Amino acid sequence: MADPGPLIEPHIPALRRYAFALLRDRDRADDLVQDTLERALSRWLLRRADGDVRAWLFTILRNLHVSSWRRDRRRGAVLALDEAAMPAVAARQDAALEIHDVLAALDQLPEEQKSLLLLVGVEDFSYDDAARILGMPIGTVMSRLSRARQRLRAIVETGKVALLRRVK
Amino acid sequence: MTGDAPILEDDLQAYVDGRLPEARRTAVEAYLAQHPDLRERVAAEMRQRASLRGQLEGKFAEPVPPRLWVANIQAARRAGAMRRLRAVAAGALIFAVGAGAGWLAADREIVASSSRPAPTTAVAQNASAAYRTFVVEVAHPVEVASAQEGHLLQWLSRRLGKPLVAPDLTPYGYKLMGGRLLPGNGSAAAQLMYDDASGKRLTLYVRAAEGSETAFRFQREGDAATFAWIDQGFGFAVTAPLAREELMPIAEAVYRRFGSVSSSN
Repeated sequence: MADPGPLIEPHIPALRRYAFALLRDRDRADDLVQDTLERALSRWLLRRADGDVRAWLFTILRNLHVSSWRRDRRRGAVLALDEAAMPAVAARQDAALEIHDVLAALDQLPEEQKSLLLLVGVEDFSYDDAARILGMPIGTVMSRLSRARQRLRAIVETGKVALLRRVK
Repeated sequence: MTGDAPILEDDLQAYVDGRLPEARRTAVEAYLAQHPDLRERVAAEMRQRASLRGQLEGKFAEPVPPRLWVANIQAARRAGAMRRLRAVAAGALIFAVGAGAGWLAADREIVASSSRPAPTTAVAQNASAAYRTFVVEVAHPVEVASAQEGHLLQWLSRRLGKPLVAPDLTPYGYKLMGGRLLPGNGSAAAQLMYDDASGKRLTLYVRAAEGSETAFRFQREGDAATFAWIDQGFGFAVTAPLAREELMPIAEAVYRRFGSVSSSN
Protein backbone atom coordinates (compact mmCIF):
# COMPACT_ATOMS: atom_id res chain seq x y z
CA MET A 1 0.00 0.00 0.00
CA ALA A 2 1.51 3.33 -1.03
CA ASP A 3 1.77 5.26 2.20
CA PRO A 4 2.47 8.89 1.32
CA GLY A 5 4.19 9.44 4.66
CA PRO A 6 7.71 8.40 3.70
CA LEU A 7 7.49 10.46 0.51
CA ILE A 8 6.22 13.60 2.20
CA GLU A 9 8.02 13.60 5.53
CA PRO A 10 11.53 14.36 4.27
CA HIS A 11 10.28 17.69 2.90
CA ILE A 12 8.56 19.00 6.01
CA PRO A 13 11.57 20.83 7.48
CA ALA A 14 12.01 22.71 4.20
CA LEU A 15 8.29 23.48 3.99
CA ARG A 16 8.43 24.90 7.51
CA ARG A 17 11.42 26.99 6.56
CA TYR A 18 9.72 28.40 3.48
CA ALA A 19 6.50 29.08 5.37
CA PHE A 20 8.37 30.78 8.16
CA ALA A 21 10.29 32.96 5.75
CA LEU A 22 7.02 33.99 4.10
CA LEU A 23 5.13 34.71 7.31
CA ARG A 24 7.81 35.35 9.94
CA ASP A 25 5.46 33.96 12.53
CA ARG A 26 6.04 30.53 14.04
CA ASP A 27 2.47 29.50 14.59
CA ARG A 28 1.03 30.88 11.42
CA ALA A 29 3.85 29.26 9.50
CA ASP A 30 3.12 25.88 11.01
CA ASP A 31 -0.59 26.40 10.37
CA LEU A 32 0.25 26.95 6.74
CA VAL A 33 2.38 23.81 6.64
CA GLN A 34 -0.39 21.83 8.31
CA ASP A 35 -2.91 23.08 5.75
CA THR A 36 -0.44 22.12 3.05
CA LEU A 37 -0.02 18.60 4.36
CA GLU A 38 -3.76 18.11 4.74
CA ARG A 39 -4.31 19.29 1.22
CA ALA A 40 -1.51 17.09 -0.05
CA LEU A 41 -2.89 14.00 1.65
CA SER A 42 -6.38 14.64 0.39
CA ARG A 43 -5.07 15.01 -3.15
CA TRP A 44 -2.37 12.41 -2.99
CA LEU A 45 -4.01 10.22 -5.60
CA LEU A 46 -4.63 13.15 -7.90
CA ARG A 47 -1.03 14.26 -8.19
CA ARG A 48 0.96 13.38 -11.27
CA ALA A 49 2.49 10.07 -10.42
CA ASP A 50 5.73 10.94 -12.20
CA GLY A 51 5.90 14.41 -10.69
CA ASP A 52 8.35 15.66 -8.13
CA VAL A 53 6.75 15.46 -4.69
CA ARG A 54 8.86 18.27 -3.29
CA ALA A 55 7.91 20.75 -6.02
CA TRP A 56 4.29 19.65 -5.71
CA LEU A 57 4.25 20.29 -1.97
CA PHE A 58 5.85 23.70 -2.37
CA THR A 59 3.31 24.57 -5.03
CA ILE A 60 0.46 23.70 -2.69
CA LEU A 61 1.97 25.68 0.14
CA ARG A 62 2.58 28.69 -2.00
CA ASN A 63 -0.90 28.63 -3.51
CA LEU A 64 -2.48 28.36 -0.07
CA HIS A 65 -0.34 31.22 1.13
CA VAL A 66 -1.28 33.46 -1.78
CA SER A 67 -4.99 32.72 -1.51
CA SER A 68 -5.05 33.29 2.24
CA TRP A 69 -3.10 36.48 1.79
CA ARG A 70 -5.67 37.67 -0.71
CA ARG A 71 -8.44 36.75 1.69
CA ASP A 72 -6.77 38.66 4.50
CA ARG A 73 -6.32 41.63 2.30
CA ARG A 74 -9.99 41.66 1.36
CA ARG A 75 -10.74 41.67 5.06
CA GLY A 76 -8.29 44.48 5.55
CA ALA A 77 -6.23 42.42 7.94
CA VAL A 78 -2.95 43.24 6.32
CA LEU A 79 -1.71 46.72 6.92
CA ALA A 80 0.25 48.32 4.16
CA LEU A 81 3.57 49.52 5.42
CA ASP A 82 4.28 53.02 4.43
CA GLU A 83 7.99 53.18 4.05
CA ALA A 84 7.99 56.96 4.16
CA ALA A 85 6.49 56.86 7.63
CA MET A 86 9.27 54.72 8.97
CA PRO A 87 11.89 56.37 11.12
CA ALA A 88 15.32 56.55 9.66
CA VAL A 89 17.59 53.88 10.98
CA ALA A 90 20.85 54.97 9.47
CA ALA A 91 22.52 54.79 12.85
CA ARG A 92 22.13 51.05 12.92
CA GLN A 93 23.30 50.53 9.43
CA ASP A 94 26.40 48.43 9.58
CA ALA A 95 27.63 45.08 8.40
CA ALA A 96 26.09 43.17 11.29
CA LEU A 97 22.76 44.77 10.61
CA GLU A 98 22.91 43.74 7.03
CA ILE A 99 23.65 40.16 7.98
CA HIS A 100 20.76 39.94 10.36
CA ASP A 101 18.20 41.75 8.39
CA VAL A 102 18.14 40.07 5.04
CA LEU A 103 15.15 38.05 6.15
CA ALA A 104 13.42 41.21 7.34
CA ALA A 105 14.36 42.99 4.14
CA LEU A 106 12.75 40.20 2.22
CA ASP A 107 9.44 41.17 3.76
CA GLN A 108 9.42 44.34 1.78
CA LEU A 109 9.46 42.56 -1.52
CA PRO A 110 6.30 41.59 -3.35
CA GLU A 111 5.35 38.02 -2.55
CA GLU A 112 6.42 36.71 -5.93
CA GLN A 113 9.92 38.11 -5.64
CA LYS A 114 10.17 36.93 -2.08
CA SER A 115 9.15 33.41 -3.04
CA LEU A 116 11.47 33.36 -6.01
CA LEU A 117 14.47 34.29 -3.88
CA LEU A 118 13.55 31.68 -1.31
CA LEU A 119 12.86 28.87 -3.76
CA VAL A 120 16.00 29.46 -5.77
CA GLY A 121 18.38 30.81 -3.18
CA VAL A 122 17.39 28.83 -0.10
CA GLU A 123 15.50 25.77 -1.26
CA ASP A 124 17.77 25.17 -4.25
CA PHE A 125 15.00 24.58 -6.74
CA SER A 126 16.06 24.73 -10.35
CA TYR A 127 15.05 27.87 -12.21
CA ASP A 128 12.50 25.86 -14.17
CA ASP A 129 10.97 24.29 -11.09
CA ALA A 130 10.79 27.64 -9.33
CA ALA A 131 9.00 29.09 -12.34
CA ARG A 132 6.50 26.24 -12.35
CA ILE A 133 5.85 26.52 -8.63
CA LEU A 134 5.21 30.22 -9.00
CA GLY A 135 3.26 29.87 -12.22
CA MET A 136 5.51 32.22 -14.17
CA PRO A 137 6.78 31.76 -17.72
CA ILE A 138 10.07 29.90 -17.53
CA GLY A 139 11.70 32.39 -19.87
CA THR A 140 11.14 35.21 -17.41
CA VAL A 141 12.69 33.64 -14.33
CA MET A 142 16.21 35.00 -14.73
CA SER A 143 15.16 38.57 -15.31
CA ARG A 144 12.72 38.40 -12.41
CA LEU A 145 15.42 36.95 -10.22
CA SER A 146 17.74 39.73 -11.21
CA ARG A 147 15.15 42.35 -10.36
CA ALA A 148 14.34 40.72 -7.04
CA ARG A 149 18.00 40.65 -6.03
CA GLN A 150 18.48 44.18 -7.14
CA ARG A 151 15.57 45.29 -5.03
CA LEU A 152 16.64 43.30 -2.02
CA ARG A 153 20.11 44.78 -2.30
CA ALA A 154 18.69 48.26 -2.40
CA ILE A 155 16.58 47.62 0.68
CA VAL A 156 19.41 46.12 2.67
CA GLU A 157 21.90 48.74 1.60
CA THR A 158 19.73 51.71 2.37
CA GLY A 159 19.03 50.27 5.77
CA LYS A 160 15.33 50.86 5.79
CA VAL A 161 14.78 47.51 7.20
CA ALA A 162 15.49 47.32 10.84
CA LEU A 163 12.34 48.80 12.29
CA LEU A 164 9.83 47.64 9.77
CA ARG A 165 9.33 44.36 11.46
CA ARG A 166 10.47 43.47 14.89
CA VAL A 167 12.29 40.21 15.05
CA LYS A 168 10.00 37.81 16.76
CA MET B 1 27.05 27.62 -23.10
CA THR B 2 30.72 28.26 -23.78
CA GLY B 3 33.31 30.29 -21.97
CA ASP B 4 33.59 32.72 -24.86
CA ALA B 5 30.08 34.05 -25.23
CA PRO B 6 29.44 37.55 -23.89
CA ILE B 7 28.61 37.68 -20.20
CA LEU B 8 24.93 38.42 -19.65
CA GLU B 9 22.84 39.20 -16.62
CA ASP B 10 21.57 35.60 -16.62
CA ASP B 11 25.15 34.43 -16.22
CA LEU B 12 25.61 36.68 -13.24
CA GLN B 13 22.48 35.33 -11.57
CA ALA B 14 23.51 31.76 -12.20
CA TYR B 15 26.94 32.67 -10.89
CA VAL B 16 25.40 34.00 -7.67
CA ASP B 17 23.56 30.70 -7.34
CA GLY B 18 26.67 28.69 -8.07
CA ARG B 19 25.02 27.03 -11.03
CA LEU B 20 27.41 27.79 -13.85
CA PRO B 21 29.45 25.07 -15.47
CA GLU B 22 33.14 25.32 -14.67
CA ALA B 23 34.22 26.95 -17.94
CA ARG B 24 31.49 29.55 -17.83
CA ARG B 25 32.17 30.33 -14.21
CA THR B 26 35.82 30.99 -14.99
CA ALA B 27 34.76 33.32 -17.79
CA VAL B 28 32.43 35.21 -15.46
CA GLU B 29 35.13 35.55 -12.85
CA ALA B 30 37.55 36.91 -15.42
CA TYR B 31 34.92 39.36 -16.53
CA LEU B 32 34.16 40.47 -12.99
CA ALA B 33 37.83 40.99 -12.33
CA GLN B 34 37.74 43.69 -14.96
CA HIS B 35 34.55 45.29 -13.71
CA PRO B 36 34.91 46.21 -10.05
CA ASP B 37 31.43 47.75 -9.74
CA LEU B 38 29.81 44.67 -11.05
CA ARG B 39 32.05 42.51 -8.92
CA GLU B 40 30.96 44.38 -5.82
CA ARG B 41 27.31 44.05 -6.77
CA VAL B 42 27.60 40.33 -7.37
CA ALA B 43 29.50 39.90 -4.11
CA ALA B 44 26.71 41.69 -2.24
CA GLU B 45 24.08 39.47 -3.80
CA MET B 46 26.04 36.37 -2.88
CA ARG B 47 26.47 37.67 0.66
CA GLN B 48 22.76 38.30 1.00
CA ARG B 49 21.92 34.93 -0.42
CA ALA B 50 24.21 33.30 2.10
CA SER B 51 22.79 35.43 4.94
CA LEU B 52 19.28 34.43 4.09
CA ARG B 53 20.19 30.77 4.09
CA GLY B 54 22.05 31.19 7.33
CA GLN B 55 19.13 32.93 9.00
CA LEU B 56 16.79 30.14 8.04
CA GLU B 57 19.10 27.27 8.88
CA GLY B 58 17.89 27.09 12.45
CA LYS B 59 14.30 26.79 11.29
CA PHE B 60 15.20 23.94 9.01
CA ALA B 61 17.04 22.13 11.79
CA GLU B 62 14.18 22.34 14.28
CA PRO B 63 12.44 19.10 15.10
CA VAL B 64 9.11 18.88 13.33
CA PRO B 65 6.31 19.43 15.87
CA PRO B 66 3.92 16.49 16.33
CA ARG B 67 0.99 18.29 14.77
CA LEU B 68 2.90 18.25 11.47
CA TRP B 69 3.70 14.56 11.57
CA VAL B 70 2.10 12.88 8.61
CA ALA B 71 0.88 10.01 10.75
CA ASN B 72 -0.95 12.42 13.05
CA ILE B 73 -2.53 14.31 10.19
CA GLN B 74 -3.60 11.03 8.63
CA ALA B 75 -5.11 9.94 11.94
CA ALA B 76 -7.05 13.20 12.15
CA ARG B 77 -8.28 12.70 8.61
CA ARG B 78 -9.44 9.23 9.48
CA ALA B 79 -11.18 10.52 12.56
CA GLY B 80 -12.93 12.90 10.17
CA ALA B 81 -13.91 9.97 7.99
CA MET B 82 -15.20 8.21 11.08
CA ARG B 83 -17.26 11.25 11.99
CA ARG B 84 -18.76 11.22 8.53
CA LEU B 85 -19.47 7.55 8.90
CA ARG B 86 -21.23 8.24 12.17
CA ALA B 87 -23.09 11.19 10.78
CA VAL B 88 -24.66 9.25 8.03
CA ALA B 89 -26.16 6.15 9.35
CA ALA B 90 -23.74 3.54 10.04
CA GLY B 91 -23.84 4.18 13.74
CA ALA B 92 -25.88 1.20 14.51
CA LEU B 93 -24.15 -0.88 11.89
CA ILE B 94 -23.27 -4.43 11.84
CA PHE B 95 -22.17 -4.58 15.39
CA ALA B 96 -25.29 -3.30 17.00
CA VAL B 97 -27.87 -5.59 15.62
CA GLY B 98 -28.64 -9.21 15.53
CA ALA B 99 -30.16 -9.89 18.88
CA GLY B 100 -33.52 -11.43 18.43
CA ALA B 101 -33.39 -11.14 14.70
CA GLY B 102 -34.24 -14.71 14.25
CA TRP B 103 -33.06 -15.19 10.74
CA LEU B 104 -30.53 -17.64 11.93
CA ALA B 105 -33.27 -19.80 13.35
CA ALA B 106 -33.04 -23.42 12.43
CA ASP B 107 -35.88 -23.29 10.00
CA ARG B 108 -34.46 -20.39 8.03
CA GLU B 109 -33.91 -21.24 4.47
CA ILE B 110 -31.73 -19.78 1.84
CA VAL B 111 -34.14 -18.28 -0.58
CA ALA B 112 -33.97 -18.29 -4.30
CA SER B 113 -32.95 -15.09 -6.02
CA SER B 114 -36.23 -14.49 -7.74
CA SER B 115 -38.43 -14.98 -4.72
CA ARG B 116 -37.31 -11.94 -2.72
CA PRO B 117 -38.45 -8.35 -3.04
CA ALA B 118 -36.31 -5.35 -3.83
CA PRO B 119 -34.50 -4.20 -0.66
CA THR B 120 -32.31 -7.25 -0.20
CA THR B 121 -31.66 -7.39 -3.90
CA ALA B 122 -30.49 -3.80 -3.87
CA VAL B 123 -28.15 -4.45 -0.95
CA ALA B 124 -26.71 -7.47 -2.69
CA GLN B 125 -26.21 -5.53 -5.89
CA ASN B 126 -24.61 -2.58 -4.13
CA ALA B 127 -22.33 -4.92 -2.25
CA SER B 128 -21.43 -6.75 -5.37
CA ALA B 129 -20.65 -3.53 -7.21
CA ALA B 130 -18.54 -2.28 -4.31
CA TYR B 131 -16.75 -5.58 -4.23
CA ARG B 132 -15.95 -5.43 -7.93
CA THR B 133 -14.70 -1.87 -7.57
CA PHE B 134 -12.35 -2.35 -4.67
CA VAL B 135 -11.35 -5.96 -4.71
CA VAL B 136 -9.11 -5.25 -7.68
CA GLU B 137 -7.49 -2.28 -5.94
CA VAL B 138 -3.86 -3.06 -5.38
CA ALA B 139 -2.60 0.17 -3.89
CA HIS B 140 -5.65 1.26 -1.90
CA PRO B 141 -8.01 -1.59 -1.21
CA VAL B 142 -9.09 0.00 2.06
CA GLU B 143 -9.45 3.54 3.34
CA VAL B 144 -8.82 2.72 6.98
CA ALA B 145 -6.29 -0.04 7.45
CA SER B 146 -6.76 -2.74 10.03
CA ALA B 147 -4.03 -1.04 12.05
CA GLN B 148 -6.76 1.44 12.99
CA GLU B 149 -9.22 -1.29 13.89
CA GLY B 150 -8.90 -0.48 17.59
CA HIS B 151 -9.74 3.12 16.90
CA LEU B 152 -12.75 2.17 14.79
CA LEU B 153 -14.12 -0.31 17.28
CA GLN B 154 -13.45 1.91 20.25
CA TRP B 155 -15.44 4.64 18.67
CA LEU B 156 -18.33 2.36 17.79
CA SER B 157 -18.27 0.87 21.27
CA ARG B 158 -18.51 4.30 22.78
CA ARG B 159 -21.33 5.28 20.46
CA LEU B 160 -23.27 2.15 21.15
CA GLY B 161 -22.39 1.60 24.77
CA LYS B 162 -21.39 -1.95 23.92
CA PRO B 163 -18.05 -3.64 23.71
CA LEU B 164 -17.59 -4.48 20.05
CA VAL B 165 -15.36 -6.64 17.95
CA ALA B 166 -14.88 -6.97 14.22
CA PRO B 167 -15.96 -10.38 13.00
CA ASP B 168 -13.01 -12.71 13.27
CA LEU B 169 -12.82 -14.79 10.12
CA THR B 170 -9.40 -16.32 10.71
CA PRO B 171 -10.98 -19.75 11.25
CA TYR B 172 -11.93 -19.47 7.59
CA GLY B 173 -8.49 -18.19 6.66
CA TYR B 174 -9.52 -14.54 6.25
CA LYS B 175 -7.72 -11.66 7.91
CA LEU B 176 -9.11 -8.14 8.26
CA MET B 177 -7.40 -5.68 5.89
CA GLY B 178 -9.42 -2.63 6.89
CA GLY B 179 -12.46 -0.78 5.73
CA ARG B 180 -13.79 2.10 3.76
CA LEU B 181 -16.76 4.40 3.58
CA LEU B 182 -18.89 4.36 0.43
CA PRO B 183 -21.96 6.13 -0.82
CA GLY B 184 -24.88 3.77 -0.48
CA ASN B 185 -28.37 4.36 -1.68
CA GLY B 186 -28.66 7.96 -0.52
CA SER B 187 -26.74 7.48 2.69
CA ALA B 188 -23.47 5.84 3.59
CA ALA B 189 -22.22 2.32 3.37
CA ALA B 190 -19.30 0.63 5.05
CA GLN B 191 -17.17 -2.02 3.46
CA LEU B 192 -14.84 -4.17 5.54
CA MET B 193 -12.32 -6.09 3.51
CA TYR B 194 -10.59 -9.33 4.41
CA ASP B 195 -8.09 -11.40 2.56
CA ASP B 196 -6.71 -14.89 2.86
CA ALA B 197 -3.15 -16.12 2.48
CA SER B 198 -3.52 -16.44 -1.27
CA GLY B 199 -4.75 -12.85 -1.57
CA LYS B 200 -8.37 -13.83 -2.18
CA ARG B 201 -10.57 -11.04 -0.89
CA LEU B 202 -13.83 -11.07 0.98
CA THR B 203 -15.94 -8.06 1.84
CA LEU B 204 -18.58 -7.33 4.39
CA TYR B 205 -20.86 -4.55 3.22
CA VAL B 206 -23.33 -2.69 5.40
CA ARG B 207 -25.69 0.18 4.85
CA ALA B 208 -28.99 1.47 6.08
CA ALA B 209 -31.85 -0.29 4.35
CA GLU B 210 -35.58 -0.49 4.73
CA GLY B 211 -37.40 -3.72 5.16
CA SER B 212 -37.57 -6.43 7.72
CA GLU B 213 -36.57 -9.51 5.84
CA THR B 214 -34.60 -11.91 7.87
CA ALA B 215 -33.72 -14.38 5.15
CA PHE B 216 -30.62 -14.55 3.06
CA ARG B 217 -30.58 -13.71 -0.53
CA PHE B 218 -27.90 -15.36 -2.62
CA GLN B 219 -26.53 -13.81 -5.76
CA ARG B 220 -23.64 -14.53 -8.04
CA GLU B 221 -22.01 -12.10 -10.45
CA GLY B 222 -19.11 -13.62 -12.30
CA ASP B 223 -16.79 -15.04 -9.67
CA ALA B 224 -18.27 -13.08 -6.85
CA ALA B 225 -20.86 -14.74 -4.68
CA THR B 226 -22.90 -12.64 -2.27
CA PHE B 227 -25.11 -13.43 0.66
CA ALA B 228 -27.25 -10.45 1.63
CA TRP B 229 -29.88 -9.86 4.23
CA ILE B 230 -31.68 -7.04 5.94
CA ASP B 231 -32.03 -6.71 9.63
CA GLN B 232 -33.24 -3.96 11.94
CA GLY B 233 -32.87 -1.18 9.45
CA PHE B 234 -29.59 -2.29 7.98
CA GLY B 235 -28.65 -4.27 4.94
CA PHE B 236 -25.71 -6.65 5.15
CA ALA B 237 -23.81 -8.49 2.49
CA VAL B 238 -20.87 -10.86 2.48
CA THR B 239 -19.15 -11.18 -0.87
CA ALA B 240 -16.28 -13.39 -1.97
CA PRO B 241 -15.17 -15.43 -4.99
CA LEU B 242 -16.35 -18.64 -3.37
CA ALA B 243 -18.84 -21.39 -3.95
CA ARG B 244 -22.16 -20.86 -2.26
CA GLU B 245 -21.57 -23.59 0.28
CA GLU B 246 -18.14 -22.19 1.13
CA LEU B 247 -19.50 -18.71 1.66
CA MET B 248 -22.52 -19.75 3.67
CA PRO B 249 -20.70 -20.76 6.87
CA ILE B 250 -18.73 -17.51 6.78
CA ALA B 251 -21.90 -15.45 6.52
CA GLU B 252 -23.32 -17.38 9.44
CA ALA B 253 -20.17 -16.85 11.46
CA VAL B 254 -20.38 -13.15 10.82
CA TYR B 255 -23.89 -13.11 12.13
CA ARG B 256 -23.09 -15.25 15.13
CA ARG B 257 -20.21 -13.02 16.09
CA PHE B 258 -22.36 -9.93 16.08
CA GLY B 259 -25.23 -11.74 17.63
CA SER B 260 -23.08 -12.87 20.52
CA VAL B 261 -21.77 -9.37 21.04
CA SER B 262 -25.26 -8.00 21.12
CA SER B 263 -26.64 -10.72 23.30
CA SER B 264 -23.77 -10.51 25.76
CA ASN B 265 -25.07 -7.13 26.84
